[in-house]
Amino acid sequence: MLKTFTKGGVHPAENKITQDKAIEKAGLPKKVIIPIAQHIGAPSSPVVKKKDQVKAGDVIARSQGFVSSNIHASVSGTVAKVDHVVDASGFKQPCVVINTEDDQWADGIDTSDALVKDIDASAEEIRQKVLEAGIVGMGGATFPSHVKLSIPEGKHVDTLVINGVECEPYLTSDHRVMLERAEEMLVGIRLLMKALGVEKALIGIENNKPDAIAHLNEWLGDDPQIEVYGLKVKYPQGGEKQLINALLDREVPSGGLPLDVGVVVHNVGTALAVYEAVQKNKPLVERVVTVTGPSLTHPTNLLVRVGTPVGELIEAAGGLPEDTGKVVSGGPMMGKALKTLDAPVVKGTSGILVLPQKWAHREKELHCVRCAQCVDACPMGLEPYLLKQLAERERFEDLEKNSVLDCIECGSCSFTCPARLPLVEYIRYGKTNVNQIIRNRKQQ
Amino acid sequence: MSNNVLTVSPSPHVYQSTTVRKLMYGVVIALLPTLAWSVVSFGIGAIIVTLVSVISCILFEYLIERFLLKRTPSITDGSAMVTGLLLAFNVPANLPVGIIIIGALVSIGIGKMSFGGLGRNPFNPALVGRVFLLISFPAQMTRWPIPKGFNTSYVNAQTGATPLGMLQEKGEATVSKVMESAPSYGDLFYGQMGGSLGEMAAFALIIGLIILLYMRVISWHIPASIILSTGVFTGILWLVDPTQYADPLFHLLTGGLLLGAIFMATDYVTSPMVPKAMWIYGIGIGVLTVIIRVFGSYPEGVSFAILIMNAFVPLLNRYIKPKRFGEEVQHG
Repeated sequence: MLKTFTKGGVHPAENKITQDKAIEKAGLPKKVIIPIAQHIGAPSSPVVKKKDQVKAGDVIARSQGFVSSNIHASVSGTVAKVDHVVDASGFKQPCVVINTEDDQWADGIDTSDALVKDIDASAEEIRQKVLEAGIVGMGGATFPSHVKLSIPEGKHVDTLVINGVECEPYLTSDHRVMLERAEEMLVGIRLLMKALGVEKALIGIENNKPDAIAHLNEWLGDDPQIEVYGLKVKYPQGGEKQLINALLDREVPSGGLPLDVGVVVHNVGTALAVYEAVQKNKPLVERVVTVTGPSLTHPTNLLVRVGTPVGELIEAAGGLPEDTGKVVSGGPMMGKALKTLDAPVVKGTSGILVLPQKWAHREKELHCVRCAQCVDACPMGLEPYLLKQLAERERFEDLEKNSVLDCIECGSCSFTCPARLPLVEYIRYGKTNVNQIIRNRKQQ
Repeated sequence: MSNNVLTVSPSPHVYQSTTVRKLMYGVVIALLPTLAWSVVSFGIGAIIVTLVSVISCILFEYLIERFLLKRTPSITDGSAMVTGLLLAFNVPANLPVGIIIIGALVSIGIGKMSFGGLGRNPFNPALVGRVFLLISFPAQMTRWPIPKGFNTSYVNAQTGATPLGMLQEKGEATVSKVMESAPSYGDLFYGQMGGSLGEMAAFALIIGLIILLYMRVISWHIPASIILSTGVFTGILWLVDPTQYADPLFHLLTGGLLLGAIFMATDYVTSPMVPKAMWIYGIGIGVLTVIIRVFGSYPEGVSFAILIMNAFVPLLNRYIKPKRFGEEVQHG
């Protein structure tokens, strides 16, 4: 019996059409648009101004506070402006725009492909490097990684979990990293283990990637510290609470963190970034992005500089199809629909999904028939139909009592609803308000 | 892209293909084996009753939505057809057309539309109609035609008592005495007994259950809890005094128990949403059914039991919560 998480879950069509496409290096973009808030936490503060010359890897915005992250130039060139530009959120955000000139890297960065296997850095040095290199969770949550490597007093961590689940349909960037960058990623995992001081790391991979599982096992040999687990395919297994539940049979308490059950979770892409930061002194300025969609002529996996406009990636994948109705940054279950193709790739962009017009159409809502499919689908054991009704009526106290804040917004309820009710949308509205009420309560 | 406009909407961007309509037609498909068997057993009467019931339910829903509620009629969602079929399954195959139309009006008009339509009604509409007819037209509603192969006459069918009716009327006689004249278990399983149009053929109903489970229209909890609790309760009574009480198998195969457990009690709108609550609901229906059958004055109790438990559903939904992920476990 393959492991999986216990509660709920759904099975969207996998559509991993790019799983056999090797990672290609995208051409250098003519300009990059780099938002200074690409992570959860405080936005960084720009340290460059218009007309400054920068090289790839130079810091262009410094982190502000502990939960924040450095931002680096991803290309060499001239700063065109520091201004507000529409990004993936659809709103104008402060960004640094750089016009690309040449392809020069800052001093001290090793851009060769040579594998550096021996680990010299101490735990503290690894944490420092991760902080300086601006590494954030690359699965999409973009939580600053150095924070997750700093274990607070009184907490004990025994296991590092590496998330190679990639449960979102269509996306294959993590899959390709595990196949093509396995050695580097494994060094990254050992670095993370050293920084955390743990003896055990588990890599969770869904069973629809048997080649990745076999490949990693081959590299690991009989390594006693790192184990690879094939998991039964079920969405949202890549949610960290679900992954910990699947691998270790532990339940992160409501409102708690993986730390509370002795676990830290990092994504495979993050492990690769940690390798590059510590062993090659290379900050996080590029990542693998899946560019995919049913109508694209050349769907592919691209190694892309952060800040590249999405439109350029779609050009590299054969151009925007005639029937396009929606372009999503991320996967179809949790990704954000883009307002403009000028929006840039950021550290958390794992894929660009181009959907045809007929899929962008929204079906008519019916009244809830209480079929309970949403209750069955919810991986957090919530009652989405009820949360929706309460949010609609703005009964925020009842929402709080019905654990609305446990919702991970995975979209399983909306996906499954036969009446096509926009459940997650109402629940998000409810969560925002409940969070505000809790903040107000704390202030008083 | 024709007009350079991208659709912006919140996630998720893909949906499962299941819709309310597909679920309702799933129920219709699951009802077909039973309907076919009824036509074979009762003949023309089964066809007339079913057609009249389905057509009047759909028509009343259309008229009420169009002219009273003044909104776009939603008859294509299939729920009126399900109500019509279930109402027909719950009445004798020789019921006069006028009475069927009244039943359809009560089912759709009072049972469903007066609350606002699909998804808002607290009681199973088909059962509301059925119970209304049972109380208003007790004679016509309990004149059961005997299934004798395809019968071309509608009103002149030969009638007889249901097995549960025989049990109710036994007076001082012992159960075994009644059993001598009652149909055998084989006859019960293949529906060779008096009864309403869609309740007798156990095997056809069980095929329907398999279809519903396979198509994931319903979960197994409600049918299982009703069948189990009825079996256990009647089993206890039978063990206490086999001369006074019929055995569990007899109770499970007679009356509307299987029809109720598989198709009536599992109505989405009027049943609970969490497995634990489904068990309480199902056990409640089983126990109430047996109490009404054995100790009450009606021979048959499934309809009343389901309607009574329907009334508890809002309470069950409110107080019985699924176990949350990461919920603190309280230790004694």
